[in-house]
Amino acid sequence: MSSKAYALYKKDFYSELRTRYAINALVMFIIVAISVILFSIGNEKITQSLTSGLFWVVIFFSAMSGLARAFVSEEERGTSLTLHLIAAPSTIFSGKLLFNLILVFCMNIIIAILYAALFDSFIIKNFALFIVSFVLGNVGLATASTIIAAIISKAGAKGTLYPVLSFPILLPLILTAVQLTLLANQGASFGDAKFELAIVFCYDVIMLTGSYLLFDFVWKD
Amino acid sequence: MFWKITLFILLAFVSVAGIAFPIVPVPHTWYEFPLIPGLKENAKIIFFHVPTAWLSAVAFFMSTLYSIKYLRKKNLDDDAKSYAAAQLGIIFCVLATITGAVWAKFAWGSYWSWDPRQTSIFALLLIYGAWFALRSSIESEEKRATLSAVYSIIAFLTVPFFVFIMPRIMIGLHPGSESIEGGKVIQTASPVVDFKMNGNMLAIFFLSLIGFTILYFWMWTIGYKSILIREKINKQSIRE
Amino acid sequence: MSNYSLKAVDLSKNFGRRLIFKNLNFEIENCGVMGISGANGSGKSTLVKIIAGINSPSGGKIIHSSDGKEITYEKLHNYIGFVSPYLVLYEEFSAWENLDYFAKIRDVKFNNDKIEYLLNKFLLFDRKDDLVKTYSSGMKQRLKFIFALMHSPELIILDEPTSNLDSAGKDSVYKIIEEESKSSIVILASNEENDLMLCSKELKLENYKNNK
Repeated sequence: MSSKAYALYKKDFYSELRTRYAINALVMFIIVAISVILFSIGNEKITQSLTSGLFWVVIFFSAMSGLARAFVSEEERGTSLTLHLIAAPSTIFSGKLLFNLILVFCMNIIIAILYAALFDSFIIKNFALFIVSFVLGNVGLATASTIIAAIISKAGAKGTLYPVLSFPILLPLILTAVQLTLLANQGASFGDAKFELAIVFCYDVIMLTGSYLLFDFVWKD
Repeated sequence: MFWKITLFILLAFVSVAGIAFPIVPVPHTWYEFPLIPGLKENAKIIFFHVPTAWLSAVAFFMSTLYSIKYLRKKNLDDDAKSYAAAQLGIIFCVLATITGAVWAKFAWGSYWSWDPRQTSIFALLLIYGAWFALRSSIESEEKRATLSAVYSIIAFLTVPFFVFIMPRIMIGLHPGSESIEGGKVIQTASPVVDFKMNGNMLAIFFLSLIGFTILYFWMWTIGYKSILIREKINKQSIRE
Repeated sequence: MSNYSLKAVDLSKNFGRRLIFKNLNFEIENCGVMGISGANGSGKSTLVKIIAGINSPSGGKIIHSSDGKEITYEKLHNYIGFVSPYLVLYEEFSAWENLDYFAKIRDVKFNNDKIEYLLNKFLLFDRKDDLVKTYSSGMKQRLKFIFALMHSPELIILDEPTSNLDSAGKDSVYKIIEEESKSSIVILASNEENDLMLCSKELKLENYKNNK
């Protein structure tokens, strides 16, 4: 099971290296988004809560520009039938989720590094808390966007529909993740953040189970 | 016919009573409402605002329920029922948002202040909007039914976060939510149902809730039946 | 000789509220060629997709079984080989890479000798390391046959197998069908007389459109 999903991930990975369907656009998007924020801030000092909010704004929109790729590229090129013929839905979902997880992690690590370098008020005081919430947040983001990507790949007007459908689903995650980033930047302890961590953890588990169960319906015509 | 007239009388009575009954510090007669600290005359909106909010949630729940049913049985009638429920849901959701915002302007001083309940109703509005956007972008009936069913179930999974969790991480202004004053968590007003309402106020509140709920189910039945009839006519006209 | 059996029970399919076919029953065991014929848009491709488990029927069911045991949907894909004009392979990979990934994703052993044999047979061996996007449509069609046969499936579904092929290609396809039908079930959806000549049994979709 896992070896099949891994093989599918590898196929996607090498396909991405050859076509650069997502990566180029994604990297440019991150640069553009961060520079727009920097221009609009100018010389002003912004607060920590605003920085952690903006941090997740950039993450959300970058995710929206890149994560649909996993399914949309298959659907647009007509290869989803091929995929149907070589793998079970559970394999496909796991493989695509793995691809999106790795993409989200790479993307968000770049964003975090750029933020730490460019924003004076983005200082992580509790690094362990930041890492834990970062990982949990990324898992939730990748899971929810993978299932939504599967849905929109079967619909028309894919590009505009993706953020529209994802935003309400991701809203609880993003609101909590903003709080957590803020707490980590303020140097709060794990004890202070345990409620928020529990929320993000529950979100991950619920979304993972829900999308895993529902994927069959989306995938089978 | 009889129950339609009953419903009309009920809703007419609730509307008149809800607006016209005076609020006094110490109610003596049956048509006087008590004064609730912090709400004052604004309290009257609960007769209209709470039912709309309640129905937008009921409609969402029913839409999800019929979505699940559709995925199990693949019967397009269930999709029509789910669609009819969501259509009403978005209307009530807009009404709840507007009545809430108007009330907030007088009670809290601004139309919108990202109170947890406002955030939740806003999210619900977004979910409805996204759901209709998704539906309009899919041609094939079956695919539309399946994908929108899946989406509404996924959206439903986020409901516990909005209902139980958002109010705890955000500071609330809404009656019934906790708020922080001087480092201590205090209750500004108790939850909606055990509001400091007296008997007659509660009675009218529940009458209004029941009246609006019946109205909703009536509208929903007409809604999905008309969808089914329209489809039948379309099918006939294609064949001829 | 495999012990594969394919059975359709009261199969029906609607698109929305439009009927494609209904009350479709058939059964094939072990081996043989079954043809599916019907006018354009009569639902041939839909039927083969339902048989392959890609689409779901509106009513009834398809039962695949091997050695008397029913095959679950999760495992079905490894028993089936599928060729059709609307099948697309990954254009950014070479033929060899495509086949290699397919074997890995299917989790079946990559049989070098068999793949080389097939590549030779379909005259693609010299081009095996070229990207698929440089192929002509006939070459892509031939590659699809290799894709369908590489894992030795027990059920081979061919939807318009000879489209885009020259006469040499058609002959090799007929040879393959003849060969494979000795050991496995072949389902052939087509309108061409020559294709349907090979079938021991024919299913005419016109007969299942009765709306009463």
